[in-house]
Amino acid sequence: MDIAFIIEKLILISAILGISLVIAMYTTLAERKFAGFFQDRVGPNRAGPWGLLQPLADGVKLFTKEEIIPTHANTFLFVLGPSLSMFTACITTAVIPWGQDLFLFGRQVSLQVADINVGVLYVFGVVSLGVYGVMIGGWASNNKFSLLAAVRSASQNISYEIAMGLSIIALLMMTGTLSLREISEQQSGMNWNIFYQPLGFLIFMICSFAETNRTPFDLPECETELVGGHHTEYSSMKLGFYLFAEYINMFVSSAIMASLYFGGYNYPFMHLISNPNVAALIGVAAFFTKILLFIFFFIWVRWTVPRFRYDQLMKLGWKVLIPLAIVNIALTGAGILIFGK
Amino acid sequence: MGHSLFYLLSFITLFFALLVVFAKNPIHSSLYMVMTFFTITCHYLILNAQFLAIVNFIVYMGAIMVLILFSIMFLNLNQATEPQKSSLLKFAGVISAGLLMLTLVGAIVKTGGGDVPFELIKPDIGLVKNLGRVLFNEFLLPFEIASVLLLSAMVGAVLLAKKEIN
Repeated sequence: MDIAFIIEKLILISAILGISLVIAMYTTLAERKFAGFFQDRVGPNRAGPWGLLQPLADGVKLFTKEEIIPTHANTFLFVLGPSLSMFTACITTAVIPWGQDLFLFGRQVSLQVADINVGVLYVFGVVSLGVYGVMIGGWASNNKFSLLAAVRSASQNISYEIAMGLSIIALLMMTGTLSLREISEQQSGMNWNIFYQPLGFLIFMICSFAETNRTPFDLPECETELVGGHHTEYSSMKLGFYLFAEYINMFVSSAIMASLYFGGYNYPFMHLISNPNVAALIGVAAFFTKILLFIFFFIWVRWTVPRFRYDQLMKLGWKVLIPLAIVNIALTGAGILIFGK
Repeated sequence: MGHSLFYLLSFITLFFALLVVFAKNPIHSSLYMVMTFFTITCHYLILNAQFLAIVNFIVYMGAIMVLILFSIMFLNLNQATEPQKSSLLKFAGVISAGLLMLTLVGAIVKTGGGDVPFELIKPDIGLVKNLGRVLFNEFLLPFEIASVLLLSAMVGAVLLAKKEIN
């Protein structure tokens, strides 16, 4: 492990963390702008040209607000909740391959922080950890409504994790590997997994909506029933972290969907470009374009579809998605048997 | 390096495991248990058993502990409402736990652990590919029987949870 390797990884990690935070920041603005568009309003346009400084203004506002910790709340866990939410949202990016290798200063630089050979499972592990932030925060607030929201969130996440796992099994049967890098490499050019696994992708996408607590699955925060949600008692930047973690999660799950089903950094006619660095950089651009399109889709759905009722949510998860995912596994198995992959 | 890492991790594991028992608040206790499972995951990683590590992470930390927390949050476990066990029962509990420990220690001593540093015969056995090969060739029958066992347990649980239709 030489110095150059450590520096390279440090730069990569800081860059990825910075990019994901900036994208999440501007997703909040994009969300409000699109919401304005869908509702025939203007949206935020006061801070800076076209409201471009709005996220900064929001950040300053949240940081300078008074911080209130309820008297009977458990202080340590109360602070741990939002921190854990933020932490789990940020660490998933470690296994995502952002592009092909670059060749800089005579070194081959991998655009992936860690290529562990159980990458897909790592993503699942982190996703399943994400619910702790909400549960701990909801319980530590010492508020009935927060607790109800936390419990709701936990049951929702557990239910949809099952369907998510089953939908990914069909994909793994095809690719034969758990490494996200190898899955991306297999989809070179236009050989994307979405063409082989449309049903699996649909299930996976619905489950990612549920795991990120986005509409129509935003049951954990439901103003009409729960006063606010798991973060009712939170103020200042701790509330900000809960809300911000949702946007980072959106970015991360868009990146996962893009790399698992939509070819990752691959794009058509990529083999025609002879310079590997140029090809890799276009690949990174293609990957981010896909991610941004998915984020737009998240926003689009939020301002189009109303929220589910709780029993509808459970029915969809257990009685529709899980059987569909099992059917998808059987279909994929039959397909592999007949066509030989 | 490997040895000191192992001892450090074992110390942390035992520390959190003890906190699970001694914590007054059941929620704290289950959160310490989450930490214990996390350190056990790290132990698996030291043994190069990546698959086992990540599955331990997903299943125990991500699913089972969430369910335990979930059910504890519904209960109202206060000192006042919780019925205290009689001292005879407590005494019996200590004795049975001590006997269990005696059996475990005896078993470990008999297998000849002792001072010999543990060596992996096949260091790559824990990787997904190798584990899958072993599981679906040599141990196919036990593997399938275990899955049937789990399925029957699941069906039984559903049957018990279902309301009686009269």
